[in-house]
Amino acid sequence: MPQLDVSTFSAQLFWLAVWFVILYVLMAKIGLPRIAVAIEARRQRREDDLARAQRLKSEAEAVSADFQRTMSAARAEAQAVIKEASDRLAAEAAERQRALTTALAEQIETAERRIAASKDQALTEMRGIAIDVGQSVVEKLTGSPPNAAKLTAAVDSVLAGQLR
Amino acid sequence: MAIELHPLHQFEIQRIIPLHIGGIDISYTNSALLMTIAVGLIVALTVFGTRKAALVPGRWQSLAEMSYEFVADIIDTNAGHGARQYLPFVFSLFMFILFANLLGLVPWSFTVTSHLVVTFALAAVVFIGVTIIGIVRHGWHFLRLFVPEGVPPVLLVLLVPIEILSYFIRPFTLSIRLFANMLAGHTMLAIFGGFAASVGLLAIFPLGINIALVGLELLVAVLQAYVFAILTCLYLRDALHLH
Repeated sequence: MPQLDVSTFSAQLFWLAVWFVILYVLMAKIGLPRIAVAIEARRQRREDDLARAQRLKSEAEAVSADFQRTMSAARAEAQAVIKEASDRLAAEAAERQRALTTALAEQIETAERRIAASKDQALTEMRGIAIDVGQSVVEKLTGSPPNAAKLTAAVDSVLAGQLR
Repeated sequence: MAIELHPLHQFEIQRIIPLHIGGIDISYTNSALLMTIAVGLIVALTVFGTRKAALVPGRWQSLAEMSYEFVADIIDTNAGHGARQYLPFVFSLFMFILFANLLGLVPWSFTVTSHLVVTFALAAVVFIGVTIIGIVRHGWHFLRLFVPEGVPPVLLVLLVPIEILSYFIRPFTLSIRLFANMLAGHTMLAIFGGFAASVGLLAIFPLGINIALVGLELLVAVLQAYVFAILTCLYLRDALHLH
């Protein structure tokens, strides 16, 4: 069995040592660091990309939130302006209405007073005319002037009855 | 051309360049040649394959990175915390054994790891290195490795010698496992090959068996390199963390 041939041991062991040491040194100094660098660079790149994506996402979210805030502030402001304007308009309209009502009431009152005055005047004039007419009628019919006091009382009572 | 039919002939050491220094034979042999090829291929893969260190790796860089991460994973899962500094050694060991095993399956080549002296030397380096690491790390506490925890003192009388024996038997089991697997597989291949060469047309049967055996041997070649690396890591774990 060749494995038991002790005379070959020294040559096998010598070259095993030589090649294994060469392999170990090349792996430790060049091969493995190079592979590790490539793997690490890839991992780093991936993490950087993920971090950048994360950062951009949060930035976009911040911008979006900012926009929403500005938007709702503007909306609230617009509503406030609209409310203020409509309140003002409503107040103005109420004010005008009140002024108009007052003015109309005044006019109505004036007119009523005038009407009452005219009516009084008319009644007074009508009394004079009635007395005059009564006097002339009685004079024409009887030939003598009537008792002025009686006539006046009769006219007044008729007028009072008419006016009631 | 005469075909050598003896199944053990493939394990013969052939002196290609006879060399002697101080009476010691250090001839460049077929074994040394296969070691040269193995180391050359590993260096080509890991040093030249990664020359560009591209962000998106090519074929060879992918293969190199896969080997790296495979061995790194073996270390992380088996040797525990703080063992990454031994990655170059475990990686060299794994790749050397793997390539030696696989190159041995090339017809008319030679299997470096089919010689006990080679596998024993590798196992001895592991054993001595791990023992030194353990003693440097833990000093006298390293001896606690031989005292199992949570065991009644009476049983320790029995268990401590067993632990010590199992510790010192490690380089033998580690080296013989690899050597025996290679020896048995290659011997079987040679036996069926020789059988095929001597039975004429009926050779189709031993040839078919041989084809299946080559598949099995490919598996064994990778598996034994893996086992060697895993056991190295487990021994390393004992030295680093005791229990």
